Amino acid sequence: MALTVQRPKLSLIERSYLPALLGGLWITIRHFMDSVFGKTKVTMQYPEQKWDSALPEWYRGAPTLVKDEHDRERCVACQLCEFICPPRAITIKPGEIPGGRQWSKVEKYPEKFDIDMIRCIYCGLCEEVCPEQAIFLRKDYSITGLTRAEMVHDKQKLYELGGVMNGLVHKWNEKK
Amino acid sequence: MPYLDLFLKPEVFLVWTSVLKTGGIIGIVLTMVAYSVWAERKVSAFIQDRVGPNRVGWAGLIQPIADGVKLLLKENFVPAGVNKFYFSIAPSLAMVPAILVLAVLPFGSSLFGVPMVIADLQVGILWVFAVSSLGVYGIVLAGWSSNSKYPFLGGIRSSSQMISYELSLGLSVIPVFMITGTLNLGEIVQYQVANGWMVFPAWFQPGPGVVEFVETSGAVLGVSVAKIALWIPMMISFVVFMVAMFAETNRVPFDLPEAEQELVAGYHTEYSSMRFALFFLGEYAAIIAGSGVIVTLFLGGWSLPFVPDGSQGWVWGLVNIGTFFAKVAAVIFFFLWVRWTLPRFRFDQLMKLGWYFFFELALLNIFLTAGILAWLQSQS
Repeated sequence: MALTVQRPKLSLIERSYLPALLGGLWITIRHFMDSVFGKTKVTMQYPEQKWDSALPEWYRGAPTLVKDEHDRERCVACQLCEFICPPRAITIKPGEIPGGRQWSKVEKYPEKFDIDMIRCIYCGLCEEVCPEQAIFLRKDYSITGLTRAEMVHDKQKLYELGGVMNGLVHKWNEKK
Repeated sequence: MPYLDLFLKPEVFLVWTSVLKTGGIIGIVLTMVAYSVWAERKVSAFIQDRVGPNRVGWAGLIQPIADGVKLLLKENFVPAGVNKFYFSIAPSLAMVPAILVLAVLPFGSSLFGVPMVIADLQVGILWVFAVSSLGVYGIVLAGWSSNSKYPFLGGIRSSSQMISYELSLGLSVIPVFMITGTLNLGEIVQYQVANGWMVFPAWFQPGPGVVEFVETSGAVLGVSVAKIALWIPMMISFVVFMVAMFAETNRVPFDLPEAEQELVAGYHTEYSSMRFALFFLGEYAAIIAGSGVIVTLFLGGWSLPFVPDGSQGWVWGLVNIGTFFAKVAAVIFFFLWVRWTLPRFRFDQLMKLGWYFFFELALLNIFLTAGILAWLQSQS
């Protein structure tokens, strides 16, 4: 059955639309005045104001590599992160640590470690899968570049962003 | 000093003062165009609880210049299949009439004895109507020569809209001329200086039947029965003229020729770069010229109550010029305010409003004014 919508019966003044027009003008000028006198809450002015201090502990920003307290790079080039990475953003070229060095028992290190930040989806699986706790998602979120090449973070850049992480993995330390 | 004598010869004096006034007014108006675009963006932002342009300069004040540079540097693209000749002259045809209207507007009283109007025509307001209706040619030609459906629809809408509203625009101001008895815009302003603004009739020369509130030299703040009686048709004239001016300048709620949601960008869909900028310029120049006409006819032109004119010293002359442009700016703000308040009319509603309502109202208003004037004459 068709539904009949009852149209409200308008008085003569209402049918001239003038009260509605003036009401509309009143609403807009109120918004205008509130904005002029700073009473309106506006959005955050992004590049000047940032959320950085309010980011939660578990925030997943750009993935980075970290070194331990002995300045040893934690990554042992097991390539688990490369395999798990859903968008295949990570490319690792493993290298061998020659004998006679302080950390030669670790045997492998990444000769090249590239994360393509155009591909990265910030899912955090690389951090989760890493047995050495070498890769962490830090709080950097504004990753920009002028070229595609610039958007690929190489090892140096990754360590620059990651810095040093103490504790957690001790298995490579000297026995006391 | 033979050169000085040459400069002060009446003909030569007229030429170089006119050139100076023309240059000055075009400079002021083009600056106002640039900053009314800025104001448009800022006002719309404030009304919608946003911030608006604030990157280029303090509060985005250099934004118009950045926009201009951007438009200058863009490619002036001409699509295949357009009628090249009409396509390239249409933007100028849209802009020139808007600027020409400014020639007859008295934008100040006088400065060093020079009247602040470029051409003091006896038929001033007829010039305004004649020239401002030419603006539709630019739009129609742009719509037609673009050889594209959206501009074509925009052009058709524009012409029918202009024809419909030209009538009420012309008829609504006739009561003003019946009261003032002149078509000269400068004399209309002089009348308002002596007798109060058309929409604010409480300021007259002393005379019989005037109830005085305040009196200073010459001018009196007071009311009289005659002025109150004439105030009613004046308000009707003012409202009809204002609405018709909105339609004439293609502003919301009558912006059907552009109608972003239906027609992409209407008549200037196919335009880019400086040609597009000329349309934009023309549109805002038309708004400024229209506001100037409204201010001159109804809001007392350059006059303020109890402020002397330029014959009392050049400072007052400058104050008068400032007053005129301040009033124009206020009317422009009203234009912007309405734009961000009202939705667009449907085409049939627009036609109905023009032909069934405003046309009749303006016509009746003429008879009403005539009746009141006759009654006033029989009283005296």
